[in-house]
Amino acid sequence: MEKTLRETIKELIRKHLKTKKGQVFGQCLTAVGWVGGTLPELYEKDGMVELSMADVAGGGIAVGAALMNSRPIYVIRYQGFNWYNAPMILNYACKSKEIWKRPCPVFIRSIGMEGGIGPVAGSSHHSLYYRMPGIKIVSPMTPGEYKEIYKKFMSEKEVYYVSEHRGAYGNSEEFKNDIDDKKELIIIAISITRFEAEKAKRNLEKKGYKIGIKHVLWLKPFKISPKEVSAIKKSKAGCLILDDDYVDGVANSIGNKLNIKTKKPMYTLGLKDKSAGFSKSTDNLPPQSQDIEKKIINILGEK
Amino acid sequence: MITQKVFLQIFKKASLCRNFEKIAFEQIQKKNIKFPTYLSAGQEFISATVSEMVKTLKIKPLIFGQHRAHSTYLSFGGNINKLIDELLGKKTGCAYGMGGSASIHGKEINMYGHDGHMGTQGPIGVGACFVSRHPTIVFLGDASAEEDYVLGALGWASTKKLPILFVVEDNNLSILTEKKVRRNWEMDAVAKSFNMLGYNIPDDPKVIYKYKKNLFKKPMLLNIRTNRLFWHAGAGQDSDKTFDRYKSLLKKFGEEGKKIDKYYFNKLNGLWKKRLEKQ
Ligand SMILES: Cc1ncc(C[n+]2csc(CCOP(=O)(O)OP(=O)(O)O)c2C)c(N)n1
Ligand SMILES: [Mg+2]
Repeated sequence: MEKTLRETIKELIRKHLKTKKGQVFGQCLTAVGWVGGTLPELYEKDGMVELSMADVAGGGIAVGAALMNSRPIYVIRYQGFNWYNAPMILNYACKSKEIWKRPCPVFIRSIGMEGGIGPVAGSSHHSLYYRMPGIKIVSPMTPGEYKEIYKKFMSEKEVYYVSEHRGAYGNSEEFKNDIDDKKELIIIAISITRFEAEKAKRNLEKKGYKIGIKHVLWLKPFKISPKEVSAIKKSKAGCLILDDDYVDGVANSIGNKLNIKTKKPMYTLGLKDKSAGFSKSTDNLPPQSQDIEKKIINILGEK
Repeated sequence: MITQKVFLQIFKKASLCRNFEKIAFEQIQKKNIKFPTYLSAGQEFISATVSEMVKTLKIKPLIFGQHRAHSTYLSFGGNINKLIDELLGKKTGCAYGMGGSASIHGKEINMYGHDGHMGTQGPIGVGACFVSRHPTIVFLGDASAEEDYVLGALGWASTKKLPILFVVEDNNLSILTEKKVRRNWEMDAVAKSFNMLGYNIPDDPKVIYKYKKNLFKKPMLLNIRTNRLFWHAGAGQDSDKTFDRYKSLLKKFGEEGKKIDKYYFNKLNGLWKKRLEKQ
């Protein structure tokens, strides 16, 4: 049996603490649940450090630990809490190497989850970090991707914002891009939308559409190959970029870059431009496969 | 108790800091320094004394300063030429020409840079102290100490029993807003309520020095009342009635004091001149 993303993260963290002598910082880590089962059952003596509930200070404490090159992993249980946790990561850790030639490598595990949580903390908030120089942003949804980015973090001296999603923890499969010069439209999918994008692609293909897909692990720097650029240029209708955040951020920004590169239209779908309520009818969820299908049929026309 | 030898040493350091700021003041006026500059004149006995307390313990602590940190940098032995270059915006400056006056640092003295956001040095210093277990000093202004995240960090430093000293340079001002307008409590009381050692004292070296005995044994906060002689930023004076401890101790040290003062003025003047010629 392949390992799930949950088990993979747990194992990497165990090694990080036990063999690399690193630390994990966060709130309520050692309580029931162990952050969705992604933490090994270890305690402060092993490097699993419980912070107080002072969120803003907590972010700064993680930055101070990083400044000592202790390679801290900082857990933010809901991405929406970044409004309080982000300031010193963004204004200090991200600038430290450039201003003082003192790297401040911190691995931020920021966890998205949505549904029934109203204004509290739902969805992904990677766009909040996106505009700051000196940061790398990734959104791993598979065991292979997570291992790759952890290894890369340990080999560099950079600040990593790792946009996780609880919905992916049970996943044990890897994704594959499907891009060639014969696609009518290419989906560029980020975070949890990658699962629904695959579903939408399959359904649309059954109806005769030729849909490509690019799975995005690296949000910043965003990577695109010449082959992918060529496929977009030759497509009929450009790209549909999907995100688990509001589109006025990473999605529109990537869209703008690709539009300049390919001269093709870039459509985006993410959270709606409204506040989420707690009830089902007032919630604000990332695009589901039927939303994606509808949007694409709208762009390409009925078949 | 402070010995006469240490007292004199503290005065010498204060003299170095004061004369540095005196010349920096002129250079701001002459527009050789072209960005906001936060002069620490009037407050120099705090870092001069604390650095001497640490020296006798034979410890090289981690230092987290804030925007008004020239005296901190100089007292702990930061390279003078590099500070001058930094204020002149040169790549050879202590923060490679990026730090200006507010964001200086010095690797050789374990002093970490400040990002100009008040109080960030609180949590960051606590985090660094926690993982390194190395004695750490965090300098804060009386206003920066009010930042919610500083209070959160103080509480956690106490909980973790860190070898850390918080020094509040209490000049009673946040730019020009007095403490009584902003709050009805004192930082030493806050520290005590967090189960730390907390004291509220004047910037008299003889008083400050007494607190050496608990240094880094328990988390401690010293709220040290002091006076900022010049404007918040730039070259100017809000009042000529401000008490000046340097002037008063200069008098006390008599001829020897004058000699020391003159020595540092000439030395620094020479250094500034050389760096300016290299422009
Ligand atoms: C987070 C943040 N808020 C506000 C400011 C604007 N500001 C700069 S210095 C200052 C006053 C600082 O007072 P204090 O900490 O007492 O230090 P002092 O200047 O008196 O030495 C203020 C309000 C800032 N730099 N950072
Ligand atoms: Mg003040």
